[in-house]
Amino acid sequence: MKPPPFTYHAPRDLAAAVRTLAEVDGKVLAGGQSLIPMLNMRLAAPAHLVDINRAEGLGGIEADPAGVRVGALARHSEVERSGAHPLLTRALRLVAHPVIRNRGTVVGSLVHADPAAELPAVLAVLGGAVRVARWDGGAVAVREVPAAEFFVGPMESAVAPGELAVSAFFPALGAHDGVAFEEVARRHGDYALAGVCAVVTPRGAKVACVGVGPVPVVVDLGDLVNLDSGAPDPRAAADLRAAADLRAAAEAVREATEPEADIHASAAYRRHLVGVLAERALREAAREGAAARGA
Amino acid sequence: MEHEITLIVNGTARRARVPARRLLSDCLRHDLGLTGTHVGCEHGVCGCCTVLLDGRPVRSCLTFAVTVDGAELTTVEGLAGRDGRLSAVQRAFAECHGLQCGFCTPGFLCTVTALLAENPAPTDDEVIDGISGNLCRCTGYQNIVKAVHRAAELLAEEA
Ligand SMILES: Cc1cc2nc3c(=O)[nH]c(=O)nc-3n(C[C@H](O)[C@H](O)[C@H](O)COP(=O)(O)OP(=O)(O)OC[C@H]3O[C@@H](n4cnc5c(N)ncnc54)[C@H](O)[C@@H]3O)c2cc1C
Ligand code: FES
Ligand code: FES
Repeated sequence: MKPPPFTYHAPRDLAAAVRTLAEVDGKVLAGGQSLIPMLNMRLAAPAHLVDINRAEGLGGIEADPAGVRVGALARHSEVERSGAHPLLTRALRLVAHPVIRNRGTVVGSLVHADPAAELPAVLAVLGGAVRVARWDGGAVAVREVPAAEFFVGPMESAVAPGELAVSAFFPALGAHDGVAFEEVARRHGDYALAGVCAVVTPRGAKVACVGVGPVPVVVDLGDLVNLDSGAPDPRAAADLRAAADLRAAAEAVREATEPEADIHASAAYRRHLVGVLAERALREAAREGAAARGA
Repeated sequence: MEHEITLIVNGTARRARVPARRLLSDCLRHDLGLTGTHVGCEHGVCGCCTVLLDGRPVRSCLTFAVTVDGAELTTVEGLAGRDGRLSAVQRAFAECHGLQCGFCTPGFLCTVTALLAENPAPTDDEVIDGISGNLCRCTGYQNIVKAVHRAAELLAEEA
């Protein structure tokens, strides 16, 4: 259980990092909380590692009315503590354990693109983007990749060899939007068997599901669920329709996903689970949004 | 290629020559002879390799020694006072039978030291969340949870 040998690079800034990545066939080392286990288990053996932990200017969390930009070196725990984005904070509490979150990075988690990871769902449901840099003709060239194009397949993101993800942008929520993240994992801190991240606005609802497809599955529920249908009281006749809408939404989510079986759960169980979680997440998000509106 | 690094371990600057692939856990144990830090799984799951990096608990098995060149580390050897008196967290674990074989204990002690520094009076749920990344095969956790609360009491009394 020791990593295979590799040549180590510790660039001091972004330009040096992408220049090195252009020259050698290497992998980026950020928090190491996914890469080092893979090296220890010899599931990966890159010839070169480009450690960005000493690079200046890659950290930082910048919040403005449009949203939150998280730098490549911002650790899960920093972003969680900053409280800069309520949905991100909620999702981060479900990522691994507090000690892992002290090293692991938000951007690293997006690039790693584990189909059961929480943060890709957050980026996907919000329609965020990742800023990616490479060395091109003697200068740093940057492109902005929207979430819908960023997650390519299981453990595969749009970051090409030679590229470095510089930051991720998570669009802000509206003042009256409600959010929730519901998941079921075998043990606290494990990757989820299935999870659902929901955003309910006064106009409609959207969810992103993890663990039930190769990439986060985004389902736009239109106005099937909105803040007026939130938190149904099963005794009130008017709310019976709202409860039915939630069930219909859960069914729509089930139909949109293609879970696979593995040693942890069958495909049928995951499909069942994702519907239950969608209903819970939507109800919770609707309740939160309604409360924010003072309804 | 070997790298010359300096780590400030428990207040003392220590130098080592290590290949880049040397895990911090192995650097502490083999290069610096600090075998208090234990190694169980080497993939981040068991928590017994937990040490404090600039005051924050991290997995030393998921950190390369070269990456933290120049950083301040606290290992279980550094928790007791200079006079050898055990820290409040260590005394609480002894008093509450928070350990049996002791394999997991260095990781728990480091994790709990940091937990109480950040949250001096945690609730039961906060304690359980705080130690959720540390596995113990002996105690059944009840006495560990008690020890955390007891340590919080001791720290408050001594403050
Ligand atoms: C015990 C344990 C439990 C965990 N549980 C969960 C969980 O429940 N949910 C969850 O989401 N995650 C979980 N994780 C993973 C954790 O969140 C990682 O921190 C995260 O997936 C990767 O971030 P990192 O910064 O550690 O990346 P690294 O491990 O450094 O890198 C991961 C991959 O991304 C690439 N990479 C990283 N940053 C960049 C960049 N800026 N540009 C280009 N490429 C980059 C690397 O080359 C590598 O291929 C767990 C980890 C452990 C050890
Ligand atoms: S040895 Fe590091 S977590 Fe198990
Ligand atoms: S005391 Fe034996 S593993 Fe915890």
